[in-house]
Amino acid sequence: MRLSLTVNGEARVLELDPRTTLLDMLREHLRLTGSKKGCDHGQCGACTVLVEGRRLYSCLSLAVMHEGEAVTTIEGIGGKDALHPMQRAFLRHDGFQCGYCTPGQICSAIAVLEEMAAGRPSHATEDLEAAPPLTDAELRERMSGNLCRCAAYPNIIAAIREVAGA
Amino acid sequence: MRPFTYERAESPEQAARAAAETPGARFIAGGTNLIDLMKHGIETPPHLIDVTRIGLDRIEETAEGGLRIGAMVRNADLAADMRVRRDYPVLARALLAGASGQLRNKATTGGNLLQRTRCLYFYDGITPCNKRRPGSGCAAIGGVNRMHVIVGASDHCIATHPSDMAVALSALDARVETVNGGGATRTIALADFYRLPGDRPEQETVLAPGELITAVTLPAPVEGAQLYRKVRDRASYAFALVSIAAIIRREGRAIAEARLAFGGIAPKPWRVEAAEAALTGSDGGRAAADAAADAILADAEGRGENDFKLPLLRRVLATVLGEAMAR
Ligand SMILES: Cc1cc2nc3c(=O)[nH]c(=O)nc-3n(C[C@H](O)[C@H](O)[C@H](O)COP(=O)(O)OP(=O)(O)OC[C@H]3O[C@@H](n4cnc5c(N)ncnc54)[C@H](O)[C@@H]3O)c2cc1C
Ligand code: SF4
Ligand code: FES
Ligand code: FES
Repeated sequence: MRLSLTVNGEARVLELDPRTTLLDMLREHLRLTGSKKGCDHGQCGACTVLVEGRRLYSCLSLAVMHEGEAVTTIEGIGGKDALHPMQRAFLRHDGFQCGYCTPGQICSAIAVLEEMAAGRPSHATEDLEAAPPLTDAELRERMSGNLCRCAAYPNIIAAIREVAGA
Repeated sequence: MRPFTYERAESPEQAARAAAETPGARFIAGGTNLIDLMKHGIETPPHLIDVTRIGLDRIEETAEGGLRIGAMVRNADLAADMRVRRDYPVLARALLAGASGQLRNKATTGGNLLQRTRCLYFYDGITPCNKRRPGSGCAAIGGVNRMHVIVGASDHCIATHPSDMAVALSALDARVETVNGGGATRTIALADFYRLPGDRPEQETVLAPGELITAVTLPAPVEGAQLYRKVRDRASYAFALVSIAAIIRREGRAIAEARLAFGGIAPKPWRVEAAEAALTGSDGGRAAADAAADAILADAEGRGENDFKLPLLRRVLATVLGEAMAR
């Protein structure tokens, strides 16, 4: 099937088997190997990317369902020459050890701060009608869809807090 | 994954018609359950109908003062809607207690209702499982069944329905709207939507093949404290062992009306009229909670590994009632 979409600001046209997941499209067809395959079943978060600005697991989505949409992967968020503030904060706070989960963590963290700025509640939000506070409990709950086998969690939270200015 | 053909529908009617025309075709919405099961070879649809661009992505107020939630509304958006947060907090809480931020961004109202069990044997693809291969038996009976039901089981299947959202919808007396391939619409009370396993555990709802869920409607908001309590193996991103959606209306120190729906213990969201009646007029204290729990657990049966769910339910119910009475 023919598929047109935008990846990291670049228009792409591909010919794909409909079975191709968004993750496999990125990694195998576009050679964007920043997004990682941890579990391939929606259980770890390593494959997290942004689609139309929203974070999702690219392993549980079919590429052909994203016709015309804009996808941002870690490669589009920043690189060696122009690091995103979240990437810099992860470096400064040692927000990783092996680094396998990190692209997913960073994509997710950027979206988490946007979701909080938009006032979206979480399981940790005590007052559902108020703006959620920038607490560790909120950040931990919101980042629970990104596992880290190296357990860099405290440093990940520290990095996100720094970017949030809290 | 088994090969399949793919089409993108443009309207609910077209989607339902396409499903009627293609035997074995399945709708795909968020895909977070269906794609997972297709990767495991448990679902093998020859044709997928993408329903994410058919509209039905709005939350509208109904003439009766309730809400009509389009089937394509994402779980994250439903939980963030201020009308839901204010008037139906039990629903917002249940949604937010489920899955993860990434999954809720994708999962839809319709897909969430129809997600399938997380029974390990259903998933493993090889052991006997009546739900996956009708007539093959049930490996969970006498097997690893820590997550399984204590009420509503049959000798053919003891699997839970894993949705948190559906538990809250059950307490809220929600209704499900559908359209079929012929264009006929119908409305089904959530209480009548799911089937018990009986001897046909593979049939989980009353929907006909190819029938499309178009919306879920909520009646006008009810008064009272609304709570959702979910007990699970880790603090987040895990399915319920026991969950309770409670709506408790008080008059003075007494409960005037109680609605309780349970998750994690049954093949469908579980409500027990006798338990709600036992609470009405009571002070919601320990004795009342025990009487309600007795009504729920009257026919309950542990299967070994999940025996703990009986006392757990009792304690969680007492805690929830205590919180509701303190509000
Ligand atoms: C790791 C993990 C953890 C999770 N944890 C939780 C949890 O704690 N609590 C919880 O409640 N859920 C949890 N989930 C499940 C998640 O909520 C469901 O996968 C999701 O809600 C399904 O919605 P969907 O739109 O992605 O459905 P899809 O996968 O698109 O569809 C599911 C089924 O519904 C059918 N369908 C979809 N839309 C319609 C429609 N409009 N009409 C008719 N049929 C339709 C499809 O054909 C398919 O059979 C978890 C999932 C994962 C992967
Ligand atoms: S409990 Fe149900 S889903 Fe699990 S193995 Fe038995 S029949 Fe299959
Ligand atoms: S690879 Fe997608 S969630 Fe693990
Ligand atoms: S840094 Fe190794 S998995 Fe997270």
